[in-house]
Amino acid sequence: MIPVLLILIPLVTGLVSFFLKQSTAAKNWAIVSAVATLAVALAGTCFLPAKELAFDAEWLPNLGSRFSLMTDGMGKMLCLLTTISFPIIFAATYRNEYKNAHSFYGLMLLTQAGLLGVFLAADALLFYFFWELALVPVYFLCSIWGGNKRIAVTFKFFIYTFIGSLLMLAGILYLYFHSPDHSFALKSFYHIALATKQENMIFWLFFIAFAIKMPIFPFHTWQPDAYEQSPTATTMVLSGIMVKMGIFAVIRWLIPVFPNASLHYANLVIILSVTGMLYASLIAIRQDDFKRLIAYSSIAHIGLMCAAIFAHNKTGWEGVMIQMFNHGINVIGLWIVADVVEQKLGTRKFSELGGLAQKAPALAILLVVMALANIALPLTNAFIGEFLMFNGLFQYNIWIAAIAGISVILAAVYTLNMVQKILYGNTVTATANATEVSGNVQVILALVVIVVIALGVYPQPMIDLTKDTINAILVK
Amino acid sequence: MNAIIVSALLGVVMMFSGIVVKNKSVYTYIAAAGLLLLLVANVLDTYSICSIRIDTHSMLSFEKFGMYFNSIAFAATLIYVLLSGKEIEKTGLNVADYYALIFFVLCGVSILSSFNGLLMLFLGIEILSIPLYILTGSDKRNLKSNEASLKYFLMGSFSTGIMLMGIVLIYGATGVFTLSGTSAAPSTGLLRPSFLEVAGLILLFVSMCFKVSAAPFHFWTPDVYDGAPAVFTSFMATIVKAAGFIAFVRLFDAHTDTLGPTWHILLAFVIIATLLVGNITAVFQQSVKRMLAYSSIAQAGFMLFALYSVNDLAKEGILLYAVAYSLATIGIFAVLIKMKDYTFDGFNGLAKTQPVLAFANAIFLLSLAGIPLTAGFFAKYYMLASMVKAGGPMWLVIAAVLFAAVSVYYYFRVIQAMYFKEGEAETLPITSGFKTGLVVLAALIILVGVFPSIVLNWFYF
Repeated sequence: MIPVLLILIPLVTGLVSFFLKQSTAAKNWAIVSAVATLAVALAGTCFLPAKELAFDAEWLPNLGSRFSLMTDGMGKMLCLLTTISFPIIFAATYRNEYKNAHSFYGLMLLTQAGLLGVFLAADALLFYFFWELALVPVYFLCSIWGGNKRIAVTFKFFIYTFIGSLLMLAGILYLYFHSPDHSFALKSFYHIALATKQENMIFWLFFIAFAIKMPIFPFHTWQPDAYEQSPTATTMVLSGIMVKMGIFAVIRWLIPVFPNASLHYANLVIILSVTGMLYASLIAIRQDDFKRLIAYSSIAHIGLMCAAIFAHNKTGWEGVMIQMFNHGINVIGLWIVADVVEQKLGTRKFSELGGLAQKAPALAILLVVMALANIALPLTNAFIGEFLMFNGLFQYNIWIAAIAGISVILAAVYTLNMVQKILYGNTVTATANATEVSGNVQVILALVVIVVIALGVYPQPMIDLTKDTINAILVK
Repeated sequence: MNAIIVSALLGVVMMFSGIVVKNKSVYTYIAAAGLLLLLVANVLDTYSICSIRIDTHSMLSFEKFGMYFNSIAFAATLIYVLLSGKEIEKTGLNVADYYALIFFVLCGVSILSSFNGLLMLFLGIEILSIPLYILTGSDKRNLKSNEASLKYFLMGSFSTGIMLMGIVLIYGATGVFTLSGTSAAPSTGLLRPSFLEVAGLILLFVSMCFKVSAAPFHFWTPDVYDGAPAVFTSFMATIVKAAGFIAFVRLFDAHTDTLGPTWHILLAFVIIATLLVGNITAVFQQSVKRMLAYSSIAQAGFMLFALYSVNDLAKEGILLYAVAYSLATIGIFAVLIKMKDYTFDGFNGLAKTQPVLAFANAIFLLSLAGIPLTAGFFAKYYMLASMVKAGGPMWLVIAAVLFAAVSVYYYFRVIQAMYFKEGEAETLPITSGFKTGLVVLAALIILVGVFPSIVLNWFYF
């Protein structure tokens, strides 16, 4: 029942939220709901045996699709990431005022239900349903509460991802009719043996869907605009959790279903990913907007994860698992800072910022730690992940690892540049009267920083948690 | 048989009620009651209770598939009359006649869902079309309506002529009018179908493409749908079009092997052309009404999949498509009729002025776009699945999903206008009954979208 609860709590509370009248009530309701989901997720991952974490019921008997959910290590880890992130996001943006707050929080909770569904689904059609359920509320969130260019930008984002998911649907249908027992179950998809030509073709139908979501170069063009224009709470969901849908789907739905095609195209995918890493890092250096910089840096990080997955070795995969969680936490931390800066000073442009460290020392310390994690300095959580991933790439091909490694240097360039322009130097008009951030935000950021350092020093729990997924999929 | 007899009788009753009753709004109630009666009679007939049986010398054959479609068509018409009855009353002076014509159209629908011979097909098409020519021109003082009516009449007559020619050629080749008679020749495997028969079938195909507005025979559609009073466009674009598809599928069910591999090439061409023309042209429209006309062409492209694959999934799928597409389109037209301005900009800010209308309309649009959790998703899903199951070409499936993504563009423009743009959308006065009707319709679409089996399980009982 635990996985059903995980989906049901945000779904039901989200729907209820549409009927709440006061914005404070909606805010508190959303936080209560998110904390309840977190409690269920923690109870599920820590205390219950694996068989309690699966669920299976009749859904569409005519179509051969069942409402079946499962959890493996990776699923648990991503459910934890989702359920931890939402309370943080709600708490960190508690002071932001939204018009029609009840709808805003309702849609956020529906997104959470969709995300958790994606991470839990063990049936392809159900997976597709949740994949879309996570997308549609985000479309409304960004289009209603976003920035000036929100309508066009969000529409681009929606069409992009919708094309991807429709291609995936065509692929799912093809696999369904070629599965041994005509079912959508994940298990039967794992037993499909396609001819090489077909496998290579259907592989792309799935990969494009996931590549758009991650996003991988050259499918990334929706992302910086969408991140920039979305309300920050939604951006946190988009970049912290939603891009993980793509990585997750590659590991669960792509590699084991098309083992030969993913080996066949590994080189191409890795080259695309590494190109994207360098390209995004170079663009990040030139950015003047806090949000756009984080967006491009995020593309670079995701590119590394995708490359490490297709390197097909255990070291790299361990790195990916760790980094999926850590990237989520770190990027949410950075967005919180971006949001605080924008709310307090009314600008996100580096050219209009400076000297904030003098006015807000606590914020400065916390931001610097997170910036160091963004560069993957040792003792921060990102170091372990990136080290393992580069190690995996190194085992695959030393030259690719070397080229990809350049992105670490570039990451240091743009991240330190960002820190310098925001925090140091002389104060300017925008920051002249700045004050320290509120205690509430300090506590949240401090929590993020504690996670950054704790997992940087002792990442073993993450490796243990996701061991079974790596063994099950990679060994196969 | 019940459906044909009762609908024809009700048509006559409606016609004469115009003499007896003078109050306009009573007609709507009579029509709604009549539709309910028709629906009940047909459902009873489906289970062989109180069914009238007449020996038609196998010119008609009553199967579950057709009867079930009748129920869908009657139920959809009932919903349509309940939602838009007030607007039908406003269209002109002869309200009773409009309802009578609608019942005659339904009579044509029930013949089309059960014809077994080409003569009955012809009769059904004519009974269906002639009342529509009149309904299109029912806004007598509007030039656009007159033009549309004349255009529809000329084009329709032309395609009827082509159909007659096809029937004559097939009759000449085989000597019978029945469907099974014509398909008997190729199934023996000894005789190649004669030239006359193939030519006849292709002519039939062309004229049916006319009727369901498949490209490249779609040119009448936008003008007619745009010119006709919106309330009758709604009826034409939904129930009538679905009936055309049922006839199309029934007609070519048995004939796919007569034409050999050419058939699939021909059909693939028509499907791609229809999807292309419908979707791409809809993108450039400024009027929502005209956009819906092109969207109906685009949706026809998807429905043609059933004709390509002809298997059990296709038959279930076309029924589900009829339900999903009709319900959503009836809903959108019901909202559209209430708008003062039919352009996209006319919808600006509707979410603020009429939140219920905007919400229901958003659900209808999402369903037409085929977003999961709405009925439209499973409709499209079945069409694609039937194609993959029949081993159809994968490029056709991929092209179709890409065009479905294009369709998101123009459907979402309405959502954007309603929810994200500033403006004061002006509407005619809205009653709370109308709102309730829309919400029920939207709920129905979501229900079918989560459990499509509630529609399809009926099919098996």
